Formats: sequence, structure tokens, C-alpha cells
Amino acid sequence: MEDIIFYDRIQFAFTITFHYIFPQLTMGLSLLIVFFKWKFLRSKIEKYNNAAKFLMKIFAINFTMGVITGIPMEFQFGTNWAKFSELTGGIIGQTLAMEGMFSFFLESSFLALFIFGEKLMGQKLHFLTGLLVFIGSWASGYLILATNSWMQHPVGFEILENGKYVLNNFSELFGNPWLLPSFLHNQMASMVTSSFVVASIGAFYILRGKQVEYGKMFLKTGVIFGLISANLVAFPTGDWNAKNVVKYQPAAFAAMEGIFETEEAGSEIVLVGQPNMVEKKLDNKIAVPNVLSFLTYQNWNKQIKGMDEFSKEELPTNIPGLYYSYHIMVGLGTIFIGLMTFAAFLLWRKKLFTNKAILWSIMSIVPLTYIANLAGWYTAELGRQPYLVYGYLKTVDGVSPTVSSGNTLFTLLGFIGLYILLGLLFLLLVGKTINDGPTSKAH
Amino acid sequence: MELFWFIIIAVVMAIFFILDGYDFGAGIIHLFFAKKEDDKVVIAKTAGLFWDANEVWFVVAGGLLFMAFPTYYASVFSGFYLPLMIILWLMIFRAIGLEFRGQFKYQMWKDLWDKVFGISSLLLAFFFGVGLGNVVRGVNLGSVENGVSLYEPHYFFLPLWNSDFSPLVTHPGIFDFFTIIIGVISVLTLAIHGANWIIFKTNSSINDKLKSTIFIMNIFLFVGSLISLNFWRNLNNDFFNNFWDKPYLLVFPVLFFVGVIGQFFIKKFKKDYYGFIFSTLTILGGITSTLASLFPVILPSRNNVNPDLTIYNMAVEGDGLSMALGWGIVGIILMAIYAIVRLKLTKGKVDDMDYGH
Repeated sequence: MEDIIFYDRIQFAFTITFHYIFPQLTMGLSLLIVFFKWKFLRSKIEKYNNAAKFLMKIFAINFTMGVITGIPMEFQFGTNWAKFSELTGGIIGQTLAMEGMFSFFLESSFLALFIFGEKLMGQKLHFLTGLLVFIGSWASGYLILATNSWMQHPVGFEILENGKYVLNNFSELFGNPWLLPSFLHNQMASMVTSSFVVASIGAFYILRGKQVEYGKMFLKTGVIFGLISANLVAFPTGDWNAKNVVKYQPAAFAAMEGIFETEEAGSEIVLVGQPNMVEKKLDNKIAVPNVLSFLTYQNWNKQIKGMDEFSKEELPTNIPGLYYSYHIMVGLGTIFIGLMTFAAFLLWRKKLFTNKAILWSIMSIVPLTYIANLAGWYTAELGRQPYLVYGYLKTVDGVSPTVSSGNTLFTLLGFIGLYILLGLLFLLLVGKTINDGPTSKAH
Repeated sequence: MELFWFIIIAVVMAIFFILDGYDFGAGIIHLFFAKKEDDKVVIAKTAGLFWDANEVWFVVAGGLLFMAFPTYYASVFSGFYLPLMIILWLMIFRAIGLEFRGQFKYQMWKDLWDKVFGISSLLLAFFFGVGLGNVVRGVNLGSVENGVSLYEPHYFFLPLWNSDFSPLVTHPGIFDFFTIIIGVISVLTLAIHGANWIIFKTNSSINDKLKSTIFIMNIFLFVGSLISLNFWRNLNNDFFNNFWDKPYLLVFPVLFFVGVIGQFFIKKFKKDYYGFIFSTLTILGGITSTLASLFPVILPSRNNVNPDLTIYNMAVEGDGLSMALGWGIVGIILMAIYAIVRLKLTKGKVDDMDYGH
């Protein structure tokens, strides 16, 4: 490979990809658990309480996986990206330490209380612990996004003579214009995954004909939350993010959209096509003229800079990867909106629970929601390249000076092996829990 | 300000070793002494109910270290790359063992994850001790060869071992005679701690037998500590200077020895938690006296070219530490409250508690 940081990057990408399978479910799921628990408090119907407790079981499995795959993320800042940690630890150390101290602590403590303390605390306090788990997990997302936003669009800092980045304005770190749009977009995407998972469990129960009552409840709730979140993830939150990218990372935007050449007037929007990096064009392109300019600037004829306007140093390093990530995310997002709109229509017409085709579709589509979430993150992270701190610190300058790539390859192989095992066991355990269902008393 | 954050991080680290220490120890006891299924279940429970909340302290300690001493975080984590990665893998294995053991009723399934849990606990206790030994002994900062640093003065990289396993050379490996002894001490300390935890939290059938086991392990711990002190004196003749200068620091080694000596009376204790208190003192005293002896150094240099790393030359520059003070104090108070609430909720023996999520 061309560069010495290849294995470091692959290791971080692999471990964070695997890690993010779990939090993306737990963040959204915690809100659904709070919803079911609230329904129970209002209606006193026991099945809502059982639903909340059942989903918390799935939450807990995912949370455990999130913890044990999350510790390696924290470690890797020091082990593989030592120079980056040394230079910017004064800033991202703040947000990461706060994440551990406030949100992670909150989440893990109250998760235990929710699981073990229902009889001890009574129903209102039990609801409150669920709410605190939800707050903890969303605060965790917020602080991680604050860290990432600083890397995407650094604010509130100065660089000392020795090259170190120090924080000089704490509130700017949290008032970062990049932060709120990406946080909301991320949380809505997490809601998509968890709503689809809940709907999918519901569809499964209905199709197999066992625990059908719970199946209908899960499906209905999942479809309603899924419809809302699938729309919110595109508009307005996705739209805000795109506008931020145009404004702060125009080179990344050109690569995401696959605009090799700047057009005279308004820019077309590419729906399909494969980047041809040799001839600098898209093969098999299907595009609609002027739409991208309208979406970006609400002006059909405004010019958008193409990749030809930027030097090689400014452009992302993996243009096809970035282009595909972005288009996979957008394409899947569109499918989700379509499916959930149709499902909601059937729900309204009272035909949802008997329509086998749609039940099978909802049950099977779940993996795609995970892919869409991860593709979104790949878009953000590949778009940031070749920088760690956009515009300031190059990725190649952040790596550990003393860790050879041979050692990194060794640990990368170790992680791959271990995570394959972990993934299989996770599927086994989640599958068993779902199969047993909410009425199971077994542990 | 550096000193304040150093103390906070040291306290969080010590709490981590006291808390996660007992479930590492429970794993070690589980591996060697639990024979009956009932005992295996209940011992796994004493760890399984608590490990994840305990490891939160580890994450917080890491986060605070990153925030307050980023250069140190970068230097130590990249320098001890291999052992840290192995620790991560062991932690993952241990978690798998604990979480999956009860999922199926097949005997072989349980046996498999019991062994995974036990062995990874044992190795983790050993590796953490070896890690502490490395910090005490120091490393070849800057990877000096023939009087020239190959890297910036605070960077280094340690191989797992050198051919002679000697701690006295300028470029030692992770494992040498000294660090291995510290590793063994760590295993003994945590095994005693875990056994006390089991006595405290369960009604298992091996509780009485464990008291004799603790007594024997404690003899080895006592002797091992004295041997390691002698080694330490050879490594660094000044290791007692801080205590002469500031005699109040002597409270830390006293805690350690009160813990160890008190443990010898294990069979006479009237309450099940007395032993646990003494082993807690041992861990607390051990960690604090080590840090007090090194202070303000946090990683000694084993060559004459590059200086030791101290809390002063490693602290973050700018106003970051003061800015963190506000949220840091709130965070510490919250952490203490969560921990106390949790302790209250899980008081009593775990035998009848609902296990498994």
C-alpha cells in the first residue's frame, strides 16, 4: 500500500464500524422503550410494560457489546493515533472525558436499575430510570458528535508555537455550527434503525403466528416511528448537513455528488453512475439537470464547484468510496421513506397485518438500515480526508511515531478474528431473545 | 492544577482496581476452586452483575487521562501498544465468557465459557500488574541507541521481552523479572480480593475453604511484596526519598501493610465483609504508595539522554485544565452518587438476585 498509515486507518475503520452497529440501535431503542413504558403508565395495560422490558433486554445485549467494543475506540486514540492525541488532546480530550463521566456513567447505572429495580422502585421511578437511560445514551451521542464536529469543522481553539491545539473558548466547542445538524441527523438515523428493528420483530411475530398480539403492537409502533424518522433524517436534518458540507468542505461535496467538472449554470443531480477516475467522469450516468443547485441553494441556476476547481491536496483521498457511501445512504433512505409510507397507508386502511408481502419486506429490510447509517458515517469521515482536523492537521501527521505497520497489522488481524466471533455470538443471543419473545420469563 | 487532576485520576484508577479487581479475582477463584455447579453459577454471578458498571471507571480514567495529560496518554498508549491490545482482547473475552455462560443449558457450553472467563481474568490481573511494574521500572524514552534518540524524547516502543529478561538494562521489554513479580503480586492481591468478595456476597459452599486459601495466598503476597521492594531498591535507589521528605505520605504504605497483615486474621473475622475491607486497603495502599514513591514522575526514563515524564511536563497546555474543573467536579459528584445508589440497590448476598439481562 502507498502509505504507512494504511493499517492504522483500516483498523480504526473496522473497529468503529463494528462498534457503531450497537449504539445506533440503543440510542433510538431507548426512546421507544420510554414510549412503551409511558403508554403503560397511562393505560395500565400490562403488555406495554412487558414490551418495554423485552426491548430493554435487547438494549442490554447491545449495550454490553457497545461497551466492550467501545473501550478499544478510546484506546486507539492513544495507541495508533498518538501524535493526534498529543496535539489535540487538550480539546477532544474534554469532550471524550465528559462522555465517559456523564453519559456513559448515567446510561450504565440506570440501565442496571431499570433491569433489576422495578419491584423495588415502583412504576413511576422505573419510568424515570428508563428516561435517564435515554438521556444518557443521547448525551453520549451528543458528546461524540461534538468531538467529531470539531474534527470536521474546528472552532474555539488556537495553535501554540509547538504545534499543540489548545481550547480557548469552551462554549464555541458546543456552539459549533456543524454540531447540531449532524447530531440531529445522526439521532434520526438511529431512530430509523431502531424503529425498523422493532417493526421487523413485529412482522416476524405476526408471520410466524406466535405472540401475534405483541407483533401487532411492535409493528404499528415501529411503522409510525419509522415513517416519522425516515422523513426527518432526509429533511430537514440531512438537508442541513449537506448545506454545511457545501459551505465548509466544498471539495468533499463535489466528490460526494460526483461532480467532476463545474457546469456553466445549475448543477445536475446524479442518481446512478460509477466514478471513472482515469477519465474523470461518471460511467453509466443517470442525472437530472439543475436539481442539485436547487436543493443546495434554492436556485436552479446557481453554479456548484466541481472537483476540477480543487487541487489534488484539497480533494478527498478516496473519491469513489466517498461517492458510493453517499449515494448508498441517500438511495437507501429513499427506499425507507417509500416502504414506510406504504406501510403506514396500509395501517390506516387496516390491511397492514394481513399483507404478507409487506410483512416480509419489513422483516427483511433491517440490515439495510444499518448499512445506511454506516454509509452516512463513511460519507462524513471519507469526506474529511486527507485531514484529521479539517484544514489543519493531515491524517498522515497524526499517527503514532513508534508503532510499526507490522504491529498494527497483527492487532488488526486479532480484532477481525475476535469480532467475527463476537458478531456470531451476538446474533445467536439476540436471535434467542427475539425468538423467546416478550412473554418469556426465562433469562 | 496538574496535581489536582493527577489526584483525581489516581483516585478513579484506584476505584477501578478495587471494583473491577474483585471480579477479576472472582474469575481466578472460579478457575481454580469452584467445582460444584451451584458455586460456579453464584461466583459467575458476583462478577456478571457488576463487571460492566466497574469497567465504566476504567473508561472514565482513560478519558480524564487523555484530557489532562494528552502527551502522556499518547506516549504510554503507543509505547505499550502490544500489551494494551492484549488487555483489550482479554477484556472482550472475559465479557463474552460472563455474558454467554448462562444462555444455554448444555454442560459443555457452560464449561467452555467458564474457562474463558477464568483464564482471561487470571491473565488480566497478571497483565495489569506487569503494566504497573513497567511504569515503576521505566522505559527507554526516545528509544535511545548509542546516545541518540530515534524519536521525540517522550515516545518509545517496548517489545514484549528481551532475551535476558533483565529489568536493569537501558532498553527492557514488557516482561522482565521485576515486572513478572509485580504481575504475580497483582494476581495474588486480586485473587485474595475476589475470594473475599465471594465470601462477602455469597453463601457458596466453598466460603470456609476460601478462608484457608486466602491465608496461604497472603503468605505468598507478603513475601512477594518484600522481594519486589528489594528489586525496586536495585532499580531506583531513591525510591523512598519522597517518604523521608514528606512523612505524611507514609500513610499509603501503612495502608498496604495493614491490609496484608490484617488479612492473616481472616479466620477470626466475625463479619463476612471484614476481609474485603482489608483487601481493599491492600489495593488502595499498593497503588497509592507506588504513585507517591514515583511522584512527580509518572514514567521514569532508563537512559541519561531523555528526562523522566512528570505530571508537570506532560500536562495539557493552555487553560484546558481550569476549564475542565467546572464539569469535572460536577461529574465526580454524580459518579459518587451513582455508585452509592448502585451499592444500596445490590446490597446483601447475590445468591437470590435476578441474574442475566
